[in-house]
Amino acid sequence: MTESQPDLECRDLTKDFDAFRAVDHVSFDVPQGSFFSILGPSGCGKTTLLRMIAGFQSPTSGDLRIKGKSMIGVPPNKRPVSMVFQHLALFPTMNIGDNVGFGLRQRGVGKAEIKTRVEQVLERVGLPHVSERRVDQLSGGQKQRVAIARCMVLEPDVLLLDEPLGALDLKLREHMKIELKSLQHAFNTTFVYITHDQSEALVMSDNIAVMNKGWFEQIGSPHEIYHHPDTAFVAGFVGDANKIDAKVTEVNGAMLTLATETGSEMKVEAAGTGLSVGQPAQVFLRPEAIALGASDAAAESTANISHGTVETVFFNGANSTVTVKDGAGHLVKVAMPQTGDFATLRKGDAISTRWLPKQARCYAVSGDV
Amino acid sequence: MIPTVPQPVFAKWCYRAYVTVFFVYLALPLTVVCVFAFNNSVFPSLPWEGFTVAWFFGTEAPFIGVFNERSIMRSIGTSAFVAFWVSALAVAVGTCNAFLFVRHEFRGKALLYMLMLLPLIIPGVILGISILVFSSSVANTLEDATGLWFDGLRPGLILVILGQFSFITTFATLVISARLQKFDPSLEEAALNLGASKIGAVRQITLPFLLPAIVASAVVSVLMSFENFNTTLMLVGSDSPLTITMFDKLKQGSTPVLNAVSLLLIIVSAALGLLSLLFQNAKR
Amino acid sequence: MGSDQSRLGFYLLLAPILLWLIVLIILPHVGLFLVSISEKIGPREYETGFDNYAAFFSEPLYWRTFARTAIMSIMATALTLILGFPIAYYIAKLTRGRTKTTLFLMCMIPFWVSELVRTFGWMILLRETGVISNILQYLGLVNGPIELLYNDAAIMVGLVYTSILFMVVPLVTTLDSLDDSLIEAGYDLGGTSTSIMREIVIPHAMPGIVSGCIVVFMLSLGNYLTPILLGGKDSLWFTGMIYTQFITRFNWELGSAFGFLLLGLSSLVVFLGLKFSGQSLSETMGRS
Repeated sequence: MTESQPDLECRDLTKDFDAFRAVDHVSFDVPQGSFFSILGPSGCGKTTLLRMIAGFQSPTSGDLRIKGKSMIGVPPNKRPVSMVFQHLALFPTMNIGDNVGFGLRQRGVGKAEIKTRVEQVLERVGLPHVSERRVDQLSGGQKQRVAIARCMVLEPDVLLLDEPLGALDLKLREHMKIELKSLQHAFNTTFVYITHDQSEALVMSDNIAVMNKGWFEQIGSPHEIYHHPDTAFVAGFVGDANKIDAKVTEVNGAMLTLATETGSEMKVEAAGTGLSVGQPAQVFLRPEAIALGASDAAAESTANISHGTVETVFFNGANSTVTVKDGAGHLVKVAMPQTGDFATLRKGDAISTRWLPKQARCYAVSGDV
Repeated sequence: MIPTVPQPVFAKWCYRAYVTVFFVYLALPLTVVCVFAFNNSVFPSLPWEGFTVAWFFGTEAPFIGVFNERSIMRSIGTSAFVAFWVSALAVAVGTCNAFLFVRHEFRGKALLYMLMLLPLIIPGVILGISILVFSSSVANTLEDATGLWFDGLRPGLILVILGQFSFITTFATLVISARLQKFDPSLEEAALNLGASKIGAVRQITLPFLLPAIVASAVVSVLMSFENFNTTLMLVGSDSPLTITMFDKLKQGSTPVLNAVSLLLIIVSAALGLLSLLFQNAKR
Repeated sequence: MGSDQSRLGFYLLLAPILLWLIVLIILPHVGLFLVSISEKIGPREYETGFDNYAAFFSEPLYWRTFARTAIMSIMATALTLILGFPIAYYIAKLTRGRTKTTLFLMCMIPFWVSELVRTFGWMILLRETGVISNILQYLGLVNGPIELLYNDAAIMVGLVYTSILFMVVPLVTTLDSLDDSLIEAGYDLGGTSTSIMREIVIPHAMPGIVSGCIVVFMLSLGNYLTPILLGGKDSLWFTGMIYTQFITRFNWELGSAFGFLLLGLSSLVVFLGLKFSGQSLSETMGRS
């Protein structure tokens, strides 16, 4: 991976709007042919970052290279990147063929060649023979593919995508996720995709950068991001988690013992957090990491076990959850096992929860979280 | 092009300079009209002879101010009379038309809508002469048949009102229709459901919703009527509205009293325009 | 149930518009046409014929004035478009919020003021003893007073001034509805300022351009004040000729024929404009 030059490199990229710092010393590489997502809540600076790559914002400081060439000062129409806009920005005054052929016309390609190349690229995105149609005659999913074809016909080094699935309804969005990934595979072009939807990022990406307040909190594969979040923000933003505030009472190697204010104790295996006795910490526990058991289940020395009662049952098919109130009054969200074992659970039933210390993540409480 | 696309600095400054020059061009004639209303000279031109308000309040010839110039004051009254009737008629008919076009489906609706827009594309002079010719021939026929006089159909204020009404109604219809289209009919249905009568529902729910558009179109109608020249010119009788009086005076050679009238007109129309804008904003 | 009542309501709404359109628009124009095809052969004696129209074509002064009015109006329309488009673009695309509202309202100012006042302002500026002549003398650029009034350029300045608002407003409205991301997409795909203007902005603004041009052309063609006051007695504007026939010469038959010719030209241009841009009158006019 390191031998070939990355398609896109950002070094200490920073953007200030007056007193507000939208992007704060961001550095990353995107290797050729990979799908890179930038995931973050709205207002985290991801759109600004993407627009800097496209050339619609100029960075306050830092460098941005595409295929090794610095892009600072290069206007958007001279950059080897193309962008799929949030609302696609298909030109309503042109038909599909003219839309897709726009970039080629700007390059002065001959009419006949434009025609064949437009047909080819439309075929590749699975929309042959739509050249003559108007933009408003296509469905939402077809427009997506036309927008991608319009960029891909120019064979850009990097394709930027600005939350293009946001405007679609849920069913189509699920479908387009898979389709986008396979298109990226087929074209073997570097995609940089920004989104606030974690499932889009997790499904499609080779690598994800989680962004917050202008910072990159973590860059890693979807698996790493989900299972080994580096920071409390990543643990809370990606996936579902129970967040428990507690204080460290004992440190024993990697094994921490923590206690909540109401006195319930738990053990968490977390190496390298630098936590010491007495420090406040946050524990993140995924609902699917917790096992339900009968209320009289025998205690195990390593697992954290607590007894409580069922507060509510949320039935949602495969994603059903149950909220359990423990003795101290804390609510814990637990994923319902798919085996159907607890299908008869009702509010008020006595139940126990059990999870292993290595299944939770623990972070020191930083000042502003 | 747009702020997010980098452009050469020189081009940007050229563009800004052009926009500035344009607005100077826009403001220049009105500025000189206003400034020379205060020139202490019998001609509205340079050199500047000093500041005076005689062209507003003066009583001694040749410095007779607007407020003491009987012909101008009378024509302002005439204009106001005409504007009132034109505005009232145009708003009433415009409101009916809005309900007709927005609420009803009928055969020939598209054709009627086209006809309704026609006055916009008929030059004002033609509108004036066609009404003049038609009313005169009707008057001739009636007089021949009855032996009575039909002065109302001869050039005069009634024809002026009808002539202005004939095209200002289109504007009123467009403004009020646009507002009525935004009205959610389920509000009226809710009122009916709560026991209101059909007319009661329209009066208590729909008309208050339309009020901003009605006020705006009334103001625009008054302004258009006050300013109208082309149609009025062809239909005017012995009582002339303000624009006609000013035109006659202008042809005879202008004195700063015309600047003074113009300044008053500018102030009044600016105030009316601002008022209707504020009213619309407050309602929104 | 209430269908009788609602039919009654429908006819009550239909009555005023029919009355208005038939009595004030349709019948007068039919009457105008009938008068235009009648010839006076004696006191209160008329016969039908096209002599009035023949008189128009055989008298060069008449048809030349007609052609001159049409050409000057087309020039005024083109000039208004060229001058107004950059302004509309600036307001719609390069300003935001309060500045935008202010500039837009400033464009409206001439509309709030009577055409007579506007023209009067130009007379004060342009005439021999006027402001511009004085300033040029003061600057030493000219030796004596110069007359800038009573020529075609003065008419043009006045026509553009009077009608520029009707160009800028529809243009601002249509350009405002052009999403910035379309322009960005154009750049992103390698377009230059010129090609984006030609392929994206102008096609999008076409409805505004057409409705602006139609309105400006009609206003110029039907204008009476500006050519008479700024162009002087010999301004040779067709509306002036109609006025002369009606009021001075009292030759209503010829005047009606003139009126009909002007109406025909104006309708033809509207029709061609709409055909050319593939729009309907309702959508073009309903906008402005």
